[in-house]
Formats: sequence, structure tokens, C-alpha cells
Amino acid sequence: MRLDQRLIADMIRPGTRVLDIGSGDGALLDYLFRTRGCDARGIEIDMREVTRSVAHGLPVMHGDADHDLAHYPDEAFDYVVLQRTLQAVERPREVLRQMLRIGRHAIVSFPNFGHWQLRLKLLTTGRMPMTAVWHTPWYQTPNIHPCTILDFLMLCREEGYVVEQWMAVDEDGERAPWRRSIRLANLFGEQALFLLRRRGH
Amino acid sequence: MDQTTPTHIEHAHMLFPDGMQLECGFLLAPVRVAYRTYGTLSAARDNAIVVCHALTGDQYLAETHPLTGKPGWWGRMVGPGLPIDTDRFFVICMNVLGGCMGSTGPRDPRPDIAGEPWGTDFPPITIRDMVRAQKLVVDALGITRLFAVVGGSMGGMQVLEWAATFPDMVFAAMPIATSPFHSAQNIAFNEVSRQAIFADPDWHGGRYWEQGAVPARGLAVARMMAHITYLSEEALTRKFGRRVRRDPYNQAGSLSLFGEIFEVESYLRHQGSSFVRRFDANSYLTITRAMDYFDLGADHDGDPSRPFHGTRTRFCIVSFTSDWLFPTSQARLLARALNRAAANVSFVEIDSDKGHDAFLLDEPDFDRTVRGFLSGAAEHARIG
Repeated sequence: MRLDQRLIADMIRPGTRVLDIGSGDGALLDYLFRTRGCDARGIEIDMREVTRSVAHGLPVMHGDADHDLAHYPDEAFDYVVLQRTLQAVERPREVLRQMLRIGRHAIVSFPNFGHWQLRLKLLTTGRMPMTAVWHTPWYQTPNIHPCTILDFLMLCREEGYVVEQWMAVDEDGERAPWRRSIRLANLFGEQALFLLRRRGH
Repeated sequence: MDQTTPTHIEHAHMLFPDGMQLECGFLLAPVRVAYRTYGTLSAARDNAIVVCHALTGDQYLAETHPLTGKPGWWGRMVGPGLPIDTDRFFVICMNVLGGCMGSTGPRDPRPDIAGEPWGTDFPPITIRDMVRAQKLVVDALGITRLFAVVGGSMGGMQVLEWAATFPDMVFAAMPIATSPFHSAQNIAFNEVSRQAIFADPDWHGGRYWEQGAVPARGLAVARMMAHITYLSEEALTRKFGRRVRRDPYNQAGSLSLFGEIFEVESYLRHQGSSFVRRFDANSYLTITRAMDYFDLGADHDGDPSRPFHGTRTRFCIVSFTSDWLFPTSQARLLARALNRAAANVSFVEIDSDKGHDAFLLDEPDFDRTVRGFLSGAAEHARIG
């Protein structure tokens, strides 16, 4: 399991109901079930990963964040997790709304487009930046809605979400040291990780 | 065409003299349910799996069929060390109510008129009636909770009905290549099958036994038509293409219109003629009608999620890419209905070019899915 998945798992209380959107190979689901006693379920768009997960006994269904969340009842889960996918969905704001409708908490990680390398490359070369994190050319990338950590915070404010926890993480999932300053995190953090809830909950 | 009626075989069964009240209100008594079991029931009676058969299947799941001499219809799935592992699980397979392989059906003598079979007067039954008949056997075996119920096609309808009607009895449910309701297209196919039977001169208004006849041509045509819907264009092309052969029964030779036949025609004729030797026309009508009536949302303003509210059953829905009889779109309707009920659902679409019948054939991804889902569920159920 990737280190940032460990950080996600650390945000989740034992014995809770969790939906992992984009559950991939099911590593987080397996970990949450085995070590946290969670009722952890997954949604995955790649059918090969779905088949592999179910063949490992994990409850995963074929589907995606844009089209399948609307079918769950309100507060069906304690946590709804979206890992490194927000930038690739069709309607990020609607996906967040659905996550916080069907779950009491949302855990969202995404690559930070505000990272200094991206800013510098765009400034100096005048071309779409390519880095280790953003490594597909503009005409091929599935990442149609990139955002910065500050952008995401603004959206949370507009939508009335409470940020219970946030952290910046580097590409390998090591927690970055910019815990206090959002501005520094937005400059130096490669990945962002947020724990949200709706106001009044 | 061979018109001999199947030789009489005594099928292992349980007899319930008090019978059961059918959904239509009719009290059917006695009720006999023919069944086979594989593996050993654990001391805690917690390792039982009911496998539900499809329209023309029967209880001979994993052994040589006593009538046809062919291997069991799911012998590649059920057995020692196989995905439904009989070293680990106790598997029960029952002939459906209305069937013709030992369970009470239209070919049985009716209790009110001596010496007369039910025939077309057999009461209309539903998928839920089939499941309630199966529950009589499960209860009689002293099993209070089934570890799993598994089935494809009409068997999948029974799986869903088990989980909807007896939610506390079903720990895990695996509906395969099925739908939350029988679609208009599938009702239409069934109707063509039935009309083929009605149009046979040997049908005799359904009282064919009086003439010592069976509507073999009609039933064979019904089977041929249905069999096309179980396959796919790719599967037919791969198996037969446009290959032709001389028709051995046509004396006029290859110059006549039908002197040569396509291999696909020959195959369908064989499917039709071998089917009539083991299946009763009135059973075919009774069971296809039960499928047509199937609609999980019927009693719930059309909402198939309502029967599952509060369910604790773990579901695994499986569809196949080339299945156009029970397409993935219908499986997805089912998955979403179960999502609305906040049920624990896995949903896998297996890549296969074999059509609806893929669930009976060699599909390694499907085998892995069945094995993995059952193992995962067994871990949650804390059974060996």
C-alpha cells in the first residue's frame, strides 16, 4: 500500500463504513477490513481491477465517480474516499457534493497544480508543464480539472465544507513538513490530502 | 423426430404432503421437490450453498445426468477443489417447481381427477413459488441460514427472490447473467417459443398424453429459437461460420433448395431434437410464464430496491459483455437498485464473446470471481 493510503487509513475510525471511489487493486479496502474492522467497499472504473479485487474477496463494483454516486442513499457511509482522481472527473464540484451527501466525511487526495516546478516551467518555457506528477501531454491527459491547494480550499469555503484535517504529501506519499502554512504547502506540496465534513454535522 | 416420452426415472426427492399455498392463491398439495446434494453439511450447518438452475436445467448439477448421460450442467464449477468447492461447502440443487425432473409439475397426476395429469391445468407459478418450495427442503435439512445462493439466468432470478423473501437466511447472493425483471424483449422471445408449441398438430390443446403424442416439433422449434438467444453472433461465427454440409435426409441432392444445410442449422436441429427427449412441453410453458411474471419491483411501485432495504446479504452481480439476452445494462439496473438499498454489492462484467451461455462455459475470469467472492464471504461469515 502506498504511504499516502496509510495516511488516509489513519484518518478513518475503526469499525466504520467506508466507500473507496477508484479502489484500484483494492489495497486500501483490504487494509481497512483487516486492520480496522471496517465495512469497506469499492467502486472502480477499470474492469480488470474490479475482477481482480472481487477475485480476492473484496466487495468492489464497476462504476465511476461521475455516474454512480447518485444511486446511494444519504449518509450510507461514514467515509467516502477519492484518491488522486478529483482532477480527472467530469464534474468535480458535483462529485464532492455527492460524496458529502452519501458520506458523513469525505477524504480527498489530488495532485497540486500549484507546485513551484509547474509554475516555473510554465513561466520559463511558456508550455504546458510536464513533471513526474503531471507526466502526460496536454492532448492525452485524463486530468481535465487540475487545481491548486488554494483553489480547493476556496471551493470548500463556497460549498460550506469544514476542513477537519489537511496535509501536503510528496509523490511517494511522505508527509511534507508544510503543516502550518497553506501558502508554503501550495508551493511545495506535490499531493494534497483533505478530510472534510459538511457544516452542521 | 424421436417422439418417445422420457423413460421413468426415480429422482431423489422430498415429499411435503401439506403442500404450499401458491402466490396465485391455489393450495398445491402434495408438493414434491427433487434435489441433489454434493459435499458434506458441517456440524454447525453453516456451509450450505443453494445453486438454482436455469429454465431448462435441473438438479443434476455436478454428476452424470441419468437421462441424457451427459456431464452435470455445472460440473466445471461445482466439485472438489473447484470454485464452488464441495470439499468446503455443502451444495444443494433442486429441480424447480413446475419442472419435469422429479419436482411437482404439469406432468404429475392431479389429486382431484384420478389417472389424469395436470397438463395445462397446472396452476400458474412464480419465481417466488419456486423459492418457497426450495425453502421447504432447506428447512427439512435443518439449515437455518444458507451461506450462499448462486444461480444464472432464471437461476439468478431465484437468487434475487431468495434474498428478497428470506433476507435473514441468505448470507451471500450471487445473481449471474440475470435482471431485476424480465424485459419486454425476453417476454417476446418466450411468447414465440410458446406459440411454436401451440402450433404443433401434436399439441392437442395441451392434452397430448391422451393421444400418446408429444408436441416434439413445436418444442424443438422453441428450443432452437431460444438457443440462438443464448449465444452471440461472434460465438456462432466462430463455431460455424458459413460452412455447409450435404443434408443426409434430403434425397433430392445438393441441387435442390435445401439439399445442403449450413452447419449452424444442423446444430440447432440437433439442439431441438435432443431437448424434446428430456423436457415436457407443459413444463416449458409453466416455467417460461414464471420468468415473464418476474419483477422485483412489482409489489413496490416498480422500485426493485425496496425489497432489499435493510438487507445484510453480500451480493455479487455478474454479467457478460456479449450477453444480449440479459445484457449488462440490466445487471447495472440491479446493481444500482442494491446501491439505493445501501447493500454490500460487488458488480463484475466479464469479458466474453460466448453470449448468455458464458456462465456455463470456460471463462477463467468468471471462475476466479466465483471462487474469490465465496472465499471472501466465507471469511466474513467466519466459516471454514
